[in-house]
Amino acid sequence: MPKKKPVNLPGDGTAALLPVPPMDNWWWLSHKGTTTSFLCISLFALLIRSAVSMFPYSGAGTPPKFGDFEAQRHWMEITTNLPAIDWYRNGTHNDLTYWGLDYPPLTAYQSYIHGILLRVFNPESVSLFSSRGHESYHGKLLMRWTVLSSDALIFFPAALFFVLVYHRNRAKSGVAWHIAMILLNPCLILIDHGHFQYNCISLGLTVGAIAAVLCGSEVLTCVFFSLALSHKQMSAYFAPAFFSHLLGKCLRRKNPILSVLKLGIAVIVTFVIVWWPYLHSVDDFLMVLSRLAPFERGIYEDYVANFWCTTSILIKWKKLFTTPSLKSISLAATVLASLPSMVQQILSPSDEGFLYCLLNSSMAFYMFSFQVHEKSILMPFLAATLLALKIPDHFNHLTYYALFSMFPLLCRDKLLLPYLSLHLLFTLIYHSPGTQITLPKTKASSFSFTSFPGYRFLLRTHFFISLFLHVVYLTIQPPQKYPFLFEALIMILCFSYFVMFAIFTNYTQWTFSSHFRSADKEKKRI
Amino acid sequence: MDHHRNNDHRLHLLWFFAVSTTLKLLLIPSYRSTDFEVHRNWLAITHSLPLTKWYFDETSQWTLDYPPLFAHFERFLSFFAPLVDPKIVNLHSGLDYSEDSVIYFQRITVIVSDLSLFFGVYRLTRKLETLKRNLICALVVWSPGLLVVDHVHFQYNGFLLGLLLVSVSFLGDGRDLVGGFLFAVVLCFKHLFAVAAPVYFVYLLRHYCWVGLVTGLRRLVTLGVVVVAVFVAAFGPFVYYGQIQQVISRMFPFGRGLCHAYWAPNFWVFYIILDKGLAFTLRKLGFDVQVPSASFTGGLVGDSSPFAVLPQITPLTTFAMVLLAITPCLIKAWRKPQPGLVARWIAYAYTCGFLFGWHVHEKASLHFTIPLAIVAVQSLEDAKHYFLVSIVSSYSLFPLLYEPQEYPIKVLLLLLHAMVMWLGFSAQYTDEKALKKKEKAGEIKSKFEIGFVEKAYLIGLVLVEIVSQFLHPYFLGDRFAFMPLMLISTYCAVGIMYSWIWQLRRILT
Repeated sequence: MPKKKPVNLPGDGTAALLPVPPMDNWWWLSHKGTTTSFLCISLFALLIRSAVSMFPYSGAGTPPKFGDFEAQRHWMEITTNLPAIDWYRNGTHNDLTYWGLDYPPLTAYQSYIHGILLRVFNPESVSLFSSRGHESYHGKLLMRWTVLSSDALIFFPAALFFVLVYHRNRAKSGVAWHIAMILLNPCLILIDHGHFQYNCISLGLTVGAIAAVLCGSEVLTCVFFSLALSHKQMSAYFAPAFFSHLLGKCLRRKNPILSVLKLGIAVIVTFVIVWWPYLHSVDDFLMVLSRLAPFERGIYEDYVANFWCTTSILIKWKKLFTTPSLKSISLAATVLASLPSMVQQILSPSDEGFLYCLLNSSMAFYMFSFQVHEKSILMPFLAATLLALKIPDHFNHLTYYALFSMFPLLCRDKLLLPYLSLHLLFTLIYHSPGTQITLPKTKASSFSFTSFPGYRFLLRTHFFISLFLHVVYLTIQPPQKYPFLFEALIMILCFSYFVMFAIFTNYTQWTFSSHFRSADKEKKRI
Repeated sequence: MDHHRNNDHRLHLLWFFAVSTTLKLLLIPSYRSTDFEVHRNWLAITHSLPLTKWYFDETSQWTLDYPPLFAHFERFLSFFAPLVDPKIVNLHSGLDYSEDSVIYFQRITVIVSDLSLFFGVYRLTRKLETLKRNLICALVVWSPGLLVVDHVHFQYNGFLLGLLLVSVSFLGDGRDLVGGFLFAVVLCFKHLFAVAAPVYFVYLLRHYCWVGLVTGLRRLVTLGVVVVAVFVAAFGPFVYYGQIQQVISRMFPFGRGLCHAYWAPNFWVFYIILDKGLAFTLRKLGFDVQVPSASFTGGLVGDSSPFAVLPQITPLTTFAMVLLAITPCLIKAWRKPQPGLVARWIAYAYTCGFLFGWHVHEKASLHFTIPLAIVAVQSLEDAKHYFLVSIVSSYSLFPLLYEPQEYPIKVLLLLLHAMVMWLGFSAQYTDEKALKKKEKAGEIKSKFEIGFVEKAYLIGLVLVEIVSQFLHPYFLGDRFAFMPLMLISTYCAVGIMYSWIWQLRRILT
């Protein structure tokens, strides 16, 4: 059955060169068109997701706080039992210190809908108070199914939309492979269906917004992206890219102010509709806002492979600065880091450049913004997935390190087996026989990054150390003096890869656009 | 060049296997049936008891009832078990052991033993063209039935069917002696494979031994010696210790009744229903019809006749019927023993065994769906037939996984299987000219189309699923709890009967 393999058809470049009949290894899976292969691969992707969902979720069987699973369940309990206005307010029925709702209203509505479903089939899992820490076979199953259905209803259609738009003018050869890369993205599957979260919704809405940009429908973009922002504030990682790309495009119109105004109205209207229950008084609004930005939790937590956390080994940021000043420092750093790619998009907005800009700005946020979780690597990773055909090698490495950076988290969740299996599955599909994803040749000539002699060596060293760390982490007890020694080592390693990756993509975005422009000019001349 | 191609092929197949392995690994925590404990107990028996006690041990209710080679196989596995956790092979304290260690160990033995399936598929497909090869890989390696039965429910069918496929591939190559030897080995692993023995017998006799008096006799003797040697190796020790009767009685528990608790979708379903219908009508007409003391819907069936009107069925009757059903194929095999048709005949024999056999398990449908996959790529008609029969037989395995957790998995597996078959077969029978022009033309016409009746039947399958899974529990709750299963068996039996008739006609023409 299965398919599996999406994998590419006649290897990218080769199809055009060789007049071979389409008797390639995989053409039979894709000869019916993109939508059909998408359906086939999505069945396989759903199968993998439902298999992963049989594994434990975060915090299974660990009272009193449990984990993200309990948080989501608790929100369903709160939203189905209390009026909307009390969802974010501390009260006798809503103890905000116990997994208080700290995502924007769309998440709350989603919890409400899922909570209603749970109430129909398994009422005790969402009853007020008495359901705290509820764990049961059916409770787990229903919760898992809500994620599965959200994925199938939001992320998958959005991905289809993106694939159709992105590949409309391209050779059909890489489509199936690309679809598989998007749908079998191991990080997203592990976090959503293993650890337990609903990233598929906000990421799905973001992908929808990106596809809307590519097909030129800007109002739709604004609506989708506003929805994504109202589902998870972390979607703001992509905001600079959307903002600068749309601004850049509007500035090129005859009537820039009118275009900007139109988009602004679309954003405001969407936000007003979503936030309506909390817009009746300033207090309510501020109350929700303050829940969304938990500054009191400090600039970093745990061991996240970002700038603050990694450098804190040498520089004790938390001791050197107060929280408010750290807030401004991190904001400044984030803006600075995402500035180059924003400027590029404002100056010369292009579809390809926009995707790079998404990648760069989300990476900048991951590196420098306040309170980043290891799961936030999903945002830059999503952008990289969309670019998988352009930077296949780098995408492959990024997947490896993105997964690795979540390794300690997934081990804690007892998801080691899915971690390994999905890793293997990704590698297999990435290297499926008959697929030769060739690096765009243009880059090699114009760029020296990958041909830089130290780069290959660095990559290899990284890789071997990471293999070694995998084994060490699983087998050796860390020294008592440094209980988190291995976590810290993993963090440093991933951080150093992420830095290389970010430099590469920023560089590519700028060089690419110059290349693109010159190609464009040539075309015009012809 | 050829070497290169073969290498490529191996790599390709390995890749298919590796991908399916990732899914199999992910299925480790899924539901497992009592068969899991059965096999664990066999590990313990063969590990801690001498051979003379294997077939007598009754510590657990799951006594050893497979032929000796399978017991040796378990013994081989049990060498590794203590390295993981000694409790796995402890006859007493290991009972119903369900720690992670035992689950991972046993599940991984199934995954690893699937390598024989890999080898079988490799041997069968190494000379085919790329598309057919890929299709067979996809159909066999990703067969929802195999995945569900082996990697969720828990059994070693992939391993055994792999051996069977290797045997078939040797017959296909014309190396009859090896093929016959391997089949004898398969028989000593699981005797349920014996249904195809008449086909093997006739085919080998005619194709291998019927070549002039001297050579023929020599070959006959060689073959006989080889087969007998296998059986002696397996059963000899038990004959020596005078336990052969005990072994046989364990292997053939005829006391179990005509049908399994969940009726396999075969001929007897109609027989039972006809009996019930007749009894009902006759009672209405005023005849005094005794209610049978044994019931089919209550689970276990005893010795007394469960039929009110129709004659009692004995194991001998079923045996005669199976043999009778296989006869046309035997005659065909005798008249024209062609290596290319062996897979088809073997599949047909297993279909007959499934339809008319005694106490058939629904899982036995794998015995013919897997060999049929080899046949399916041979012609358009075969592809159409396989599309239907493989969906029906996979669907009939659904009730094995009755817990809600695995519901999405089994449904998705089946949908995916259907989709891959549809895509693969359409591609295979696509007009090549149209394909070359495909840049312009939107939809490419394929000769692979599913007929109206088949379509209606498959849609009916969806309705059956909706009724039995959703409507029945919703409206009737626990009343008539046997209804959904009966509905599924009956409906699938229609499809399997159709497949039998189709295969029969195909063999005769």
